Amino acid sequence: MENQFFVDSEHLSKEALEKKHQLENDPSCRSNPMEYMPGMEKIDSDVCDKVMNEVKSFDYIKYTAKDVRAALQHESCSVEDFKALLSPAAEPFLEEMASRARLETGKHFGNTVYIFTPLYIANYCENYCVYCGFNRYNHISRMKLTLEQIEEEMKVIAKSGMEEILILTGESRAQSDVSYIGEACRMARKYFRMVGLEIYPVNTEDYRYLHECGADYVTVFQETYDIEKYEKLHLAGHKRVWPYRFDAQERALMAGMRGVAFSALLGLSDFRKDALASAMHVYHLQRKYPHAEMSLSCPRLRPIINNDKINPLDVHEKQLCQILCAYRIFLPFVGITVSSRESAEFRNGIVKIAATKVSAGVSTGIGDHESKYEGKDSGDKTGDEQFEINDNRSLKKMYGDISEEGLQPVLNDYLYV
Amino acid sequence: MDKLTLGNKEFESRFILGSGKYSLKLIEAAVKDAGAEIITLAVRRANTQEKENILDFVPKNVTLLPNTSGARTAEEAVRIAKLSRELGCGDFVKIEIMRDTKYLLPDNQETIKATEILANEGFVVLPYMYPDLNVARDLVNAGAAAVMPLGAPIGSNKGLATKEFIQILIDEIELPVIVDAGVGKPSQACEAMEMGAAAIMANTALATAGDLPLMAKAFRQAIEAGRKAYLAGLGRVLTRGASSSDPLTGFLRD
Repeated sequence: MENQFFVDSEHLSKEALEKKHQLENDPSCRSNPMEYMPGMEKIDSDVCDKVMNEVKSFDYIKYTAKDVRAALQHESCSVEDFKALLSPAAEPFLEEMASRARLETGKHFGNTVYIFTPLYIANYCENYCVYCGFNRYNHISRMKLTLEQIEEEMKVIAKSGMEEILILTGESRAQSDVSYIGEACRMARKYFRMVGLEIYPVNTEDYRYLHECGADYVTVFQETYDIEKYEKLHLAGHKRVWPYRFDAQERALMAGMRGVAFSALLGLSDFRKDALASAMHVYHLQRKYPHAEMSLSCPRLRPIINNDKINPLDVHEKQLCQILCAYRIFLPFVGITVSSRESAEFRNGIVKIAATKVSAGVSTGIGDHESKYEGKDSGDKTGDEQFEINDNRSLKKMYGDISEEGLQPVLNDYLYV
Repeated sequence: MDKLTLGNKEFESRFILGSGKYSLKLIEAAVKDAGAEIITLAVRRANTQEKENILDFVPKNVTLLPNTSGARTAEEAVRIAKLSRELGCGDFVKIEIMRDTKYLLPDNQETIKATEILANEGFVVLPYMYPDLNVARDLVNAGAAAVMPLGAPIGSNKGLATKEFIQILIDEIELPVIVDAGVGKPSQACEAMEMGAAAIMANTALATAGDLPLMAKAFRQAIEAGRKAYLAGLGRVLTRGASSSDPLTGFLRD
């Protein structure tokens, strides 16, 4: 599957192309994904073993309709029940699962739906992840916003009424270092009630620093928990180190962050196993850090610039819905975010069942909020997008649509204490 | 008149609207149909620019009961309470301190600490607590205006899972005992009132009802009925232990 993602840009030098092809074709020239790079902190944690043991023994073919029915009848959902709900045997029970999920969502979140927006401040990246638009071999317009430009973007977003922001960068510590991101967080605290981060994984002391700068929530996508597949998709750069990424949420919590978010990029590997792993990652960290807030996302692959072959593959909306319902029934207290990768119709439907948070007014490009929000062409350079979004509703439209569905849109439920 | 006294305020109603699942319709039903005179409000939720700020929905004659949800320690709860005062939410505060995001169970130890600090600063403190008699006594000594034991986990609609322990608090504590969390049906509210609870706090039970105003009315009547039964003194069918027709002490001669 991974080979269909490879695209050679005509802009690459001969040496770069050679290096790229070598990484793609010769596994022996790639580094060991389990080996930490210099400077990467290793924490003492048993969470990874617990999660991976559960995944290893997950044989979803063995579950039957009887297991699924039993799982739906149990008052609290055990790990075994959850596995049954993720299995193919549960597919015919989607409606029952949705109705149970809706009940659980209502118990814990009422009819509220939180709205936030992401802000990409830089798209430089040192990694070669073959499915990502920001990958270092992809010929795109690269950009890193200055602090002044960040402030301009934030003003435009804040003016729309948004109160929660998620700051993102490509994964380049050289181009977007921790202090640069820290300054962006400080700036964000002036304009927003809640600041989250989705950046390259860092050490505990860096998370502590970013927390002091105003970030309170850290999102790291593991992409896939299948290490063999991970190795074939993340061919170069620090992201290649799988266990360092796995422990990122725990380091963030150790550093005092209030909450952490998790996800696998569904469709990269066996999505049922990745869904199980993501949820078990949450489950075990929650047991270890019961005070922490946790949330799950559920992105599927999307087409990227220069490569439209990248698509969700075997994860169809029905399967995605099954996973989200299973997440909700197993982990009724966690937030579930559904991104603008999904269509407006899907998002409208899923917020009534399981999702509690959606993005609006989204751009995955760099420095283009004014043109996108206000239709102004500033003539300035902008940076290209990480992936194509599907639902491009503005905050105003999203707010109206959610209200119309009989749900309550919420812009902030957060307090820095 | 049979009134509920909290701090230096008196209330006719013994129904308090809890926080969490808000809507304009819910607040309307709670005030108009359930007769609520106190409405809880999460300070973290009021901390918004949003056009539909919950503070704007609450009628002026209703007493706000801001809560400290989101606090994980006494220190954080104190900070939130002070912010609430700054936001103009008054002197009432419901302390909620949770170190568990899964069950949202209150941390009794931290709650005692926060109660003491805030009571000393002139707040009318209503602590949400796990029904433990020793803790309730500590809360009394710390200056609480009432104690608010949970009936069952928040949002569970499971009723009085902690019934025996709430009864002990009612029997032993001289402050109003307000049953908070878990009350899912009017009959459960009525039962708690018969036991001698001073008031009921509920949210999910109303918020998730099919007909909100009708459910609000049902809660009002159930709470009033329970209160009347308590004041009337329950008949012997409900007293503990059996009574025999021949007096057990009939042998006593002088």
